[in-house]
Amino acid sequence: MTALQQDDAGLRAWLGARAALWQQIAERIGRLGRGRRHTVDDVNQAVQGYRALAHDLSMARRVLPDSRITRYLEASYRQAHILLTRPAHRLLGDLVQILRDDVPAITRDLRGQILAVVTLFVASALAGAWLISTYPELASIFLPEDAINNVESGKLWTEHMLSVVPSAWLSIRIFTNNIVVACFAAIFGVIFGLGTFYFMVTNGLMVGALFAFTAHHGLGLRLFEFTAAHGPVELTTICLAGAVGVSLGESLVRPALETRRASFQAAVVRGAKYILMCTLLLAVCGFIEGYVSPDPTFPLWSRLVIGWAWWLIAMTFVTGRCWRARPAAAP
Amino acid sequence: MSSDPIEAPDPDLRIESVTGVDVTLPIAGLGGRSYAFIIDWHIRLIGGLAWFFVAQWIAKRSFNVRTQDTAFDLWVVLPAFVIYFLYHPVLEIVMGGRTPGKRMAGVRIVMRDGSPPGVGPLLIRNVFRLLDSLPFVYVVGLISCFATRQQVRVGDLAAGTLLVYDETPARESVTRLVTQGTAAGLTAAQTEFIDDLVARWPALDPVVRMNLARQALLQFESAAPPVSIATLSEAQTLERLKALLRPAPASAQ
Repeated sequence: MTALQQDDAGLRAWLGARAALWQQIAERIGRLGRGRRHTVDDVNQAVQGYRALAHDLSMARRVLPDSRITRYLEASYRQAHILLTRPAHRLLGDLVQILRDDVPAITRDLRGQILAVVTLFVASALAGAWLISTYPELASIFLPEDAINNVESGKLWTEHMLSVVPSAWLSIRIFTNNIVVACFAAIFGVIFGLGTFYFMVTNGLMVGALFAFTAHHGLGLRLFEFTAAHGPVELTTICLAGAVGVSLGESLVRPALETRRASFQAAVVRGAKYILMCTLLLAVCGFIEGYVSPDPTFPLWSRLVIGWAWWLIAMTFVTGRCWRARPAAAP
Repeated sequence: MSSDPIEAPDPDLRIESVTGVDVTLPIAGLGGRSYAFIIDWHIRLIGGLAWFFVAQWIAKRSFNVRTQDTAFDLWVVLPAFVIYFLYHPVLEIVMGGRTPGKRMAGVRIVMRDGSPPGVGPLLIRNVFRLLDSLPFVYVVGLISCFATRQQVRVGDLAAGTLLVYDETPARESVTRLVTQGTAAGLTAAQTEFIDDLVARWPALDPVVRMNLARQALLQFESAAPPVSIATLSEAQTLERLKALLRPAPASAQ
């Protein structure tokens, strides 16, 4: 080392000898980063290259601090580090594990939050229904003007939906809208849970007001008929997403780990798995709402059967009862 | 492979490695972040609009589709929205935490331990974009960047990610440094200085570059009298600097 510092010719000889090797290592790492089918030898060579870079970088930092060569070696070393610490690609396996093991465990963890959110939502819906059945003129607070005009003229805004928009397009729009609603229900929990609280109260009030207002104009049964097939799972899923929001807020108010940030991140990772499950449930709901709910050929009994059968299936899925093996421990 | 990161007092991420040699990742500030975002925003906007107009033209010309038809929504409007809204999540996953804008800005997304992000954190980061973009033009995200030491938006806090600078000096320039300057007997550090000065010559202020060049020639061309260096024109000075960088003849090596 001392010889290198004193003798620039020696340093140059060292650089000249190593430059070709760095190029080889960089090329090897680049190749390894691009494809996914590599042999054990390829990986072993990359690990050896990583060690060689570490050695040379250590020397370059002492002999040539702040030089371009050191910066180059640092960048190559970083790339090798990133490549070797890259998580394995097992998307399908991870998805199955989340749905089979993690989701039921999270449901157990979030029991309290789910119960609280459902209670809040039902109470808000009842309050909204009472408010509008007592003061129908307040409907404009919760409902858009064209919906009020439709209902007052004896029509539901859901009628003739299929003659305007085909089922496939309707499903996509509904699904997208529901996903955004579920995401907002969850991420508003960042505001110490208050965002989710207000979001669930507002939505509960709206649902209650909607049913009370249509019932006031003799259209309650028709609205019930429209929502019977998709409503149970859709509303339940929004409540589950709300429970995730509450857990995010709770992680900030009462951090379970050493810092708020760590606690929040752990809650987000757990919540994201649950939101993934909610997305799948809402995709099916979107399909039902696009193909079944607006179609007048489906009688009420068939809608009820579809709606509650799907709810039962969804709940066995959420609680893990649909899987043969017992769910693993909480993630 | 790596243990918990050690947070340095400056906004850098230092990661311990099993080799014992730490890696330092400089954290991208609001400038680098905004620069990358603006490039990406233009790409996705232009991409979405390009699809919209081209598909509209084809749909109307070749398939006689009208704007009120559902086929128009499915083949023209929907893909344009998909390009615009799924640009970030899809490209970040495919490009391992980068997008074209991030690549141009020289930044990339990494986890807090320096490892590359998986699909989950990248999706979480993008779902929280809904919150960061509120109420308009990313006000929440900007406030979060100002308020946090590592200048991260809420999505990064949630996903445990950071935006770091990740630029690699050109390999050719490093290889060049090994041989350059040997004819003049320059050290590696001196060679790098001259090489940088020559490379940045057109961008530097003429007075500043001439001052730097004269000082370099005085120091490194020991045989040249100071008076002759002071009388050199800009072109001659640059030529003399380039002459200093010449590698030693093959026989001498």
